[in-house]
Amino acid sequence: MQLSVWTYEGPPHVGAMRIATGMRGVHLVLHAPQGDTYADLLFTMIERRNARPPVTFTTFQARDLGGDTAQLFSDAVRDAYARFQPEALLVCASCTGELIQDNPSGLAHALGLPAPVIALDLPSYQKKENWGAAETFYQLVRAFAPKTDAPRTPKPPGARFSCNILGPTALGFRHRDDVAEVCKILAALDIDVNVVAPLGASPADLARLPDADCSIVLYPEIAETAARYLERTHGQKIIRTMPIGQQATADFIAELAALAGIDPANRSFGDARLPWWSRSVDSNYLTGKRVFIFGDGGHAIAAARIARDELGFEVVGLGSYSRELARDVRACAEALGLTALITDDYLEVEAAIADLQPELVLGTQMERHIAKRLGIACAVISAPAHVQDYPARYAPQMGFEGANVIFDTWVHPLVMGLEEHLLAMFRDDFEFHDGAGPSHLAATPAPQPVPAAAPAAGDIAWSADAEKELSKIPFFVRGKARRNTERFAVERGLSVIHIETLYDAKSHFAR
Amino acid sequence: MSLAAPDTSPAETTRPILRERGQREVFCGLTSIVWLHRKIQDAFFLVVGSRTCAHLIQSAAGVMVFAEPRFATAIMEERDLAGLADANDELDRIVTQLLARRPDIKLLFLVGSCPSEVIKLDLHKAAERLSAAHFPRTRVLNYSGSGIETTFTQGEDACLAALAAAAPRDDANNLLIVGALPDVVEDQFARLFAEIGIARTDFFPARRADALPPIGPSTRFLLAQPFLTDTTRALEARGAKRIRAPFPFGAEGATAWFQAAADAWSIPEMEFRRAIAPHRARAKRALESHRQALEGRSIFFFPDSQLEPSLARFLSQELGMRPIEVGTPYLNQTLLAEELAQLPADCVLSEGQDVELQLDRCRAAKPDIAVCGLGLANPLEAEGITTKWAIELVFSPIHGFDQAGDLAGLFSRPLRRRAALKV
Repeated sequence: MQLSVWTYEGPPHVGAMRIATGMRGVHLVLHAPQGDTYADLLFTMIERRNARPPVTFTTFQARDLGGDTAQLFSDAVRDAYARFQPEALLVCASCTGELIQDNPSGLAHALGLPAPVIALDLPSYQKKENWGAAETFYQLVRAFAPKTDAPRTPKPPGARFSCNILGPTALGFRHRDDVAEVCKILAALDIDVNVVAPLGASPADLARLPDADCSIVLYPEIAETAARYLERTHGQKIIRTMPIGQQATADFIAELAALAGIDPANRSFGDARLPWWSRSVDSNYLTGKRVFIFGDGGHAIAAARIARDELGFEVVGLGSYSRELARDVRACAEALGLTALITDDYLEVEAAIADLQPELVLGTQMERHIAKRLGIACAVISAPAHVQDYPARYAPQMGFEGANVIFDTWVHPLVMGLEEHLLAMFRDDFEFHDGAGPSHLAATPAPQPVPAAAPAAGDIAWSADAEKELSKIPFFVRGKARRNTERFAVERGLSVIHIETLYDAKSHFAR
Repeated sequence: MSLAAPDTSPAETTRPILRERGQREVFCGLTSIVWLHRKIQDAFFLVVGSRTCAHLIQSAAGVMVFAEPRFATAIMEERDLAGLADANDELDRIVTQLLARRPDIKLLFLVGSCPSEVIKLDLHKAAERLSAAHFPRTRVLNYSGSGIETTFTQGEDACLAALAAAAPRDDANNLLIVGALPDVVEDQFARLFAEIGIARTDFFPARRADALPPIGPSTRFLLAQPFLTDTTRALEARGAKRIRAPFPFGAEGATAWFQAAADAWSIPEMEFRRAIAPHRARAKRALESHRQALEGRSIFFFPDSQLEPSLARFLSQELGMRPIEVGTPYLNQTLLAEELAQLPADCVLSEGQDVELQLDRCRAAKPDIAVCGLGLANPLEAEGITTKWAIELVFSPIHGFDQAGDLAGLFSRPLRRRAALKV
């Protein structure tokens, strides 16, 4: 057993849901108890998807366990096929489904449905979300782009180089915008995008994967297994450089251009503003700021390079919850003179941050909690993320535009340069003091006692009990409640506000 | 879950009930930990389960907002299942680790999950053992919040039923208000019961685990939440008597609820009316401003919290809304008898769920507003159906006179918003 306060990754079947939800034309049937449908809201609420994930749950209950849960599963598969008519069906069990050993694979195949059925074996008590996503994607690719003995059709002379973009999923951190940004780079290089998968792809698209000249692994946690398979069976070379950051984007372009035999010079890949923003004198104060980095392997490694070489920070800690990429993260940390923290134990990460006392934490939603508790500035660089990290605006992490976005995102939580000086000069200034948050972040609470509100209009006094009652109102509407109550009291010529006045006013202004 | 002990309350409703079995798009009982851990300030909830359980609690209701939660999951791993590690030894180790880190914890709940139930891990025995080891500093209790046994709010029911066992048995002749309520509502209720003339009112659960109210044969209790089937049974097993009432939603619901307690204490009618009148008038006035937005509008409830029949009664009786279908995960006809009697005759009452069929009915009925879970809300909005997330009804102060207007506002706001948006 492992004590877990927060978990960085969900169970592996949530990874399968991310693949199915990202794709078109597939449907996943999960043998899972009542309650596991919570995972739908990850997509409909956190990512604001406007359709339900293409997932059916058997939602068995205790009374079903005495009966025939296998029949329940078969019925669910048959009904789901009849209703949704997918091009392909995925079936698997969640953690409790795994324990009751109903054999979803055998049951689904026995139905003889007129669509391919891909059974997933996702060991819930050993593996986690990203592994589940990688395995699901790999099984789909294997099913629809099988190894063939037929020789590859030679490309017609003059045909453009083409590649597959592998790894983006539903609920991915900025996957939507990263794909758009990478596609722009490919267009600038006159390279064709053969298939983007799994995001937006159908099973028929997966069948076209072998047509490309190479694979771009955008997110190694998800696409590495499938890309290796395609390399093995279809001879597709793999581009592994994640184009996150100014230099990594340049490396990515160079690597791809070399593979495609294209000269990357004199082409426009977008406005790279990070270098100048970082060189401008205003950024001087960023020099040597101590940062702690934690996230999935790919994003953490990319962030370390940007932090040190592109913003001039000092990386004081680096870690990842991705055991699949532990070796790469360790190597990256070693190059920085650090020992990588490879763990999925939130408490261990918390202890490391508390110990290192960085000035900026670059992490996931979980590190945001830690930073909040410790009063340290924080920016999110990796999944798991919350609803505010799925923005409406275009906000890629990849490409030169991604580097621009990263500059802004990382600098924003910090106190501005000149303001730092004021804080240092006037320790007890009413506005610039130790406990004050950055002045452009109004929501940052100052740990100072809130001064008593300005006296109300006229001679109105709050009774102690009414004041206490007022304090129970959430802070974000408390000011409004105070104002309304006082206005109400003035209009009625009251001199003292009691609890009853507060509620009379509330009812008066109710709308 | 079964019905409460036989009762001589009004006969079961004669209304037909649509019972379906299919995919149930509902939370499991673990979800109620999200508000219970805020309510009982010195309690900690340790789920004994899988990574799915941990992921559920942090994802449900967007609770990734808590920086300092008092819940955690003991995640079972391959070696626990394979018997390589004795699950009980592992649990003891984790509890010791947890209590060392959080010495402020006075009450620890071991919460059972689907996997712990399926492998038949005996958490009751574990709680007894751990209580013996850590009492008096920390008491350890257990209940099941598993999805195979509980739906959403039934988690609170199971928790309170377990907690009842820890309450003192003194004879206090007290009025006990049962069900977790926001603190501000509790304070209002305490003041009003005092005004009515009831000498001692206690709340269950209490805000602190070491301040549990006495529960005994002279206790009479009033449910503040309709989903407390097992808790009712546990309290009755201690000799406490349930006061029958509808639930305190809206001016009428709250009046009848307070009246039921006043009658049980034989408070003269005039005194009761004098105490209640200004509150009732205030509630009515607050409701009036929402009437225009809601009157005549149709509403469709997907099953979620078991509050649905009570809310449908409130919205139809007090605001003139037209419930088309009132879905509930589980219908306790005894506890809800007073509410069911006041529901319009033409609305469909459904228990359980086949979400696909229910969505078909909802689309066909084109309600003005659908009340549903978070997994369904945005998809329905995208189809053009205005929705109210059901979970807000569990997370907001909605009980009693002074919240009547707020409760109506939860339903009128989505309609006003839809009318306001030009995009």
